[in-house]
Amino acid sequence: MIIVFALFLLSLLVITALAIVRTENLFVAVMLTSIFSLLMAANFFILDAADVALTEAAVGAGITTVIFLSALALTAEREKISGAGWRIALLVVTVLAMLIIYATFDKPRLGDPEAPVHQHLAPWYLEKTPEYMDIPNVVTAVLGSFRGYDTLGEVFVVFAACIGVLFILGVKPGEGATIKAPHSAGLKHHLIPQVVGRLLIPFIVLFGLYVQFHGEYGPGGGFQAGALIATGVILYALLEGEDAALRAVPRGVLLALVIGGASLYGGVGLVCVWLGGNFLDYSVLAADPVAGQQLGILLIEAGVGMAVCGALLSIFHAFAARPTRL
Amino acid sequence: MNLLELLGYFNYWVFAIVLSVGLYTVIAKVNLVKKLIGLSIFQSAVFLMYITMDKVEGGTAPIIQKGVENQVFSNPLPQVLILTAIVVGVSTLALGLAIVVRISECYGTIEEDEILDAD
Repeated sequence: MIIVFALFLLSLLVITALAIVRTENLFVAVMLTSIFSLLMAANFFILDAADVALTEAAVGAGITTVIFLSALALTAEREKISGAGWRIALLVVTVLAMLIIYATFDKPRLGDPEAPVHQHLAPWYLEKTPEYMDIPNVVTAVLGSFRGYDTLGEVFVVFAACIGVLFILGVKPGEGATIKAPHSAGLKHHLIPQVVGRLLIPFIVLFGLYVQFHGEYGPGGGFQAGALIATGVILYALLEGEDAALRAVPRGVLLALVIGGASLYGGVGLVCVWLGGNFLDYSVLAADPVAGQQLGILLIEAGVGMAVCGALLSIFHAFAARPTRL
Repeated sequence: MNLLELLGYFNYWVFAIVLSVGLYTVIAKVNLVKKLIGLSIFQSAVFLMYITMDKVEGGTAPIIQKGVENQVFSNPLPQVLILTAIVVGVSTLALGLAIVVRISECYGTIEEDEILDAD
């Protein structure tokens, strides 16, 4: 039964991707991208990747759509039809698709326990997690501790991207730009979205906090929680207007979250060195190595959550505060 | 060839097709926002390939339950890589869109051929 469902979802995924390419209305394309992400999240869940599904649903279907829409509000909503060059592009990608499909017959089939990818590191992670950290979620253990360097790098990429967006969109618009006041009214004149939205926001933020602090025990962690809390605040901005959201969570606080989160992560690593361990080796943080690992993972997950939440909200505000063209 | 085996290849075929659709959008469309949408489709296809590789037959999500013996878990490592890649993906996408917005403000268009004509 689950196989039929997976086939159905994967087919829908292909159809949605084709529809995104074919539509000339960019607004429709962005909405389809949101559906595409949701289908992708369902596929991830079927493939046992609960953490990834949660991330894709929160980030792909939620935040990405909002950022695309705010960019569309600043540019154009329709693309111009261009006839040139599509035949040769189609030929190239068809040949590419055929080559990849031909290559897949050499891949291990889905779920093969003997596949090379399952032989080397994964069994070691699964075996050692209860011994070293004693937390149930192996994904969090690998993310936070075994591959902590990797995650630190990712957090700094998010940090750098956020700073980049703020630099690019922070400059004053040029002389020729026609400036209209930002549409900051929100949905105040729509009663039903406002009432329903106001009811939802506390629960979204509460769920975000649950995902943050329950990340060691179930699917979740800093990346998902940061995205979820950011979604709650963006919903508030859509309902009450951007100014109200900035009054509730000012820009300075967002920047402090981004910088504080990244520094907290790096700082935990440095404290480990100071206490005589290796960089990001949390075992030295407490008298008991297992408790030290748990404390370290909790701290760096908090840092990740702060950095992601602050970065996504800063990016949203950078787009939303830009004066729209007439 | 049983059903699960067929589905295994089907996952990779969907990866190939979605990847090609994304690549086609990037090279054939001249609208810069559409190009970025194509890029994120391309990226999602790669995510699907990684997550397809993590599945172990009869396995479950890698969350260890105490007191349950002989559990089979799917591979946690591709999940970690893709989980962080999704969040990094949205940040870099936002950076790309910010550049598109600035291009639109300077040139008044986001169609690549018109921008090249204006230069």
